Amino acid sequence: MVSDFAPTRFRDPQIDMAHGAGGKASRKLVEGLFAPLLFGAAPGPLGDAAYVDFDGTAVAITTDSFVVKPLSFPGGSIGELAVNGTVNDLAVSGAKAEALVVSYVLEAGLPTPILEGEVRAMAKAARDAGVRIAAGDTKVVEHGKADQMYVTTTGIGRLLHGVNVDPRSVRVGDRILLSGPIGDHGITILLARGELDLEADLRSDTRSVLPLVESLIRAAGPGIRWMRDPTRGGAATSLNELARDCGLGMVLFEDQIPVRDTVRGACELLGLDPLHIANEGQFLAVVSPEYADAAINALCLAPGGSEAQVIGEVREQPAGTVLVTTLYGGSRILDMLVGDPLPRIC
Amino acid sequence: MCLAIPGRIVEIASDNQDSAIVDVVGVRRRIDLGLLHDDKPAPGDWVLIHVGFAMSKISEQDAADQMSTLRMLGEIDGAMREVQGYGLEDVN
Amino acid sequence: MRFVDEFREPELISKTAEEIRRLAGRDRHYRMMEVCGGHTHAIYRFGLKDILPENIELIHGPGCPVCVLPMGRIDDGLAIAQEPDVIFAAFGDMMRVPGTQGSPLEHKARGVDVRIVYSPSDALKLARLNPEKHVMFFAIGFETTGPSTALTMMRAKAEGIGNFSVFCNHVTIIPAIRAILDSPDMRLDAFIGPGHVSSVIGCRPYEWIAQNERKPIVVSGFEPLDMLQSIVMLLRQLRAGEAKVENQYKRVVPWEGNRAALKAMAEVFQLRPYFEWRGLGFISQSALRINDKYAKFDAEQRFEVPGIRVTDPKAAQCGEVLKGVLKPHQCKLFGRECTPEHPVGALMVSSEGSCAAYHNYEHRKAVTVSLSSIA
Repeated sequence: MVSDFAPTRFRDPQIDMAHGAGGKASRKLVEGLFAPLLFGAAPGPLGDAAYVDFDGTAVAITTDSFVVKPLSFPGGSIGELAVNGTVNDLAVSGAKAEALVVSYVLEAGLPTPILEGEVRAMAKAARDAGVRIAAGDTKVVEHGKADQMYVTTTGIGRLLHGVNVDPRSVRVGDRILLSGPIGDHGITILLARGELDLEADLRSDTRSVLPLVESLIRAAGPGIRWMRDPTRGGAATSLNELARDCGLGMVLFEDQIPVRDTVRGACELLGLDPLHIANEGQFLAVVSPEYADAAINALCLAPGGSEAQVIGEVREQPAGTVLVTTLYGGSRILDMLVGDPLPRIC
Repeated sequence: MCLAIPGRIVEIASDNQDSAIVDVVGVRRRIDLGLLHDDKPAPGDWVLIHVGFAMSKISEQDAADQMSTLRMLGEIDGAMREVQGYGLEDVN
Repeated sequence: MRFVDEFREPELISKTAEEIRRLAGRDRHYRMMEVCGGHTHAIYRFGLKDILPENIELIHGPGCPVCVLPMGRIDDGLAIAQEPDVIFAAFGDMMRVPGTQGSPLEHKARGVDVRIVYSPSDALKLARLNPEKHVMFFAIGFETTGPSTALTMMRAKAEGIGNFSVFCNHVTIIPAIRAILDSPDMRLDAFIGPGHVSSVIGCRPYEWIAQNERKPIVVSGFEPLDMLQSIVMLLRQLRAGEAKVENQYKRVVPWEGNRAALKAMAEVFQLRPYFEWRGLGFISQSALRINDKYAKFDAEQRFEVPGIRVTDPKAAQCGEVLKGVLKPHQCKLFGRECTPEHPVGALMVSSEGSCAAYHNYEHRKAVTVSLSSIA
C-alpha cells in the first residue's frame, strides 16, 4: 500500500545537475524520495521497466525523458534517442515494444523546421524499430524554459518468450557480455557541444537493440539472467547497480572491453573513463556459463553485433562491487560516479 | 597537475605560429605552442599536451632507448648468474 | 596510442615486476613516496600495488593541487563569482570541491555563472566572446600548469583585454617536499619525482634531496612501465647505498627544464611570502601571486575578497596521511563522516587525493578480501 506518510530518506536540500546524471546522486533521489512515496514499501530491485499484470497477461511499461543539447549531432538527434531509448529499455527488460506515446514540451521561439525535423526523425526511428507511435501531447513553455524541446516517451510492450530477466537470478560463474564499443554517444555529444577545441570522426551509436536482444534470446534465452542498456552513467553504473542488487562481484577484463580508438583518445585527452560514458545503442547481458558461447556467437553473427565481447564474469568477491583487472595482474575498483563525468587536468 | 597526453603535430596555423593542430588516435585538437619557442616543433613531431598547451617535444630516440633498456632487464644479471654457476671464481 | 601503448606492454610489465621482486628481496621494508597526484592516480588506475611485492610501500605525497587548497580560497573565488556580470571559469577538477557555502557546481545550480574550461585559453576566449561580462579564471596547479596561466595573461595583456582576471592559487612543489622531509615523524626511503612538473622545472631543483637529505629521487613518467622502471632505479640506488637524482622520463623531461615556460612564469608571477596548504599548514615561499606588472589581471586586486580562513575539523587527520604517518583508512573519519560524496578533509576532495583514491579504488578490495579469508 502506498502511503502519503511514508518516510523519505533523501536529505539533499536542493536538486542539482548531479541528480539527473544517472549516478549515485540519481540513485539516492530515486531510492530516497520517489520509491518510498510512489512505489510502496520494498518494491524490489528497480529495473528499466515495470511489469503490470492484466488478469494473467503481463506487459512491460517504461518511460524516459530526453533532454539533450545540441538537439542534433552526428549519428542522430533527440527524435531518434526518444524512440530508441524507450524501445531499448523494454528490450532489455525482455519485452518487445508495441506502442509508444510521446509528450513534447516545446520552448516558445522554437523554429518550426527544427520541430518538423525532429518529428520526422521520430517517425523514421519508429518505423525502423517496428513500433507505432500511438498518441501524444504537447505543451509550450516560455522562451528560456526548455532547451528548445524536451521529449518524453512512454512505451508498452509484450513480454518475449523464453527469457526471464531478474538480477536475483545471477550466479557466481556467469559471464558478462557487451554488445559493442562503449563511449561513442557520450563523447559525440561532448564534441558536438563545441565547447572543446576537439574534433573527431565519431557518431552516436543510437539504434534499437531489439533485434540483437531477440537473437540473444533465441540462442541463449534460458541462460539470460539480466540485461541493461548502459545510458547515463555508463557501463560502470549499470554494473554497480547489478552488483548491489545481487550482492556478488562483477570482475571485468579491461583488455576485452571494446572501445574505439577515437573514443579512447578523447577520453585520455579529457581525463575521462569510457566505462562512465553514456551509450544509446549497446546493452549488457549476464548469461549462465552453459549458454555463454552460444550467446556471444549469436550476437557476433547478428547484424550490428560483430563487435560484441565477453567482458567479464561474476564472482563471489569483491561482493557488491565492480572490479577491473588488467592483463598484467593489476586491478582497481570501478565505482559509480556521483554526477556527470567531469574532465580532469590532474 | 599531471594529466598530459602525447599527440602528433598535424599542421601549424599559417596565420599564427603558436597555434597548431595535434592528432591523438584520430582526435584532432587545437593547441598552443607558446611554451616551445626555444624548440619549435614541426608537423610530424610528437609533443606532450597539458591544458591545451604543448609542454615538451617527445624524443623518439629517448623513448626507443628506454624500451631497449627495459627489454634487457634481467638479461645481464641472468648472464652473470650463469657464469657464477660454473664456479670459475673458485679456480684461483 | 603511440608513446602510451608501448609503455603498457604486459610482457615487459611482468618482466620489470620480476626484477623489482628480485631487487627488493625480503630483508628490508622500503617506503617510497610518489609526490604527484598524477602518479597516485596512475598507481590506482593500473593496479600497480597488486604487482609490487609486499615490502615496497608506496606513500602518497601532497602533489594534489585541489586537495591542498584551503576552503577559504574557494569561498573567496565563489564570492567574486557572485558579483554582477562575473563568469567563474575553472577546470573540471574544481567543480565539486566544496566551499563553506557549497561547491562551484552547487553555486551554478543556484544561478551563479560557473563554466568548465579545459585550458586557461578557453577562459580568455570566453572573455573575448562576452565583452559585457568579466571572466575570472580560478587557476590551480603546480609548475606544470603555471606557465600556461602565465602565457595566457601575457596574451591578454598584449591584446589589451580588459574583462579578464585570474584568481591565482598556483603552488610550487619543492617547499612541499621540504615540509614532508622536515616533519619529525616522517620515515621515507626514496621519492618518485613528479614527471610533468619536472618538464618545466627540470631535475636540478631536486639535488638537495639527494645531497643534503641523502634520499634517492627518480623523476618518473606516468605509464605503468615508467613507474615500475623508476622503482627499479630507486631500488638499485638504495641497495648500493647511493642517493642521486635520476631522470627516468628522459623522452619528455629535459634536465634543465623548459626555459620558455620558466620565463613566462617569471614575467607574470612572484612568490608569496607564505601560503596555507590544507593539511600541511603555512609554508613559506610555496605559492605564486600575480606581480605588479600584471595587477590588472589579478582578481584579488580587482575584487574585494572576504579572505576568511576556514580550518578543517581537528578530527580530520589529513596532515598525518599526507606525511605518510597514517594510511587513509586509519583516519577516524574515513568512510564515515568523510567520503567522496561528503568530503570533510583535503584528501577526499579530489579523485586523486590519497583518501579518495583509496576509497574508490582500494578500500572495498581490502575489506572484502579480508572478510573472505575469515570465512
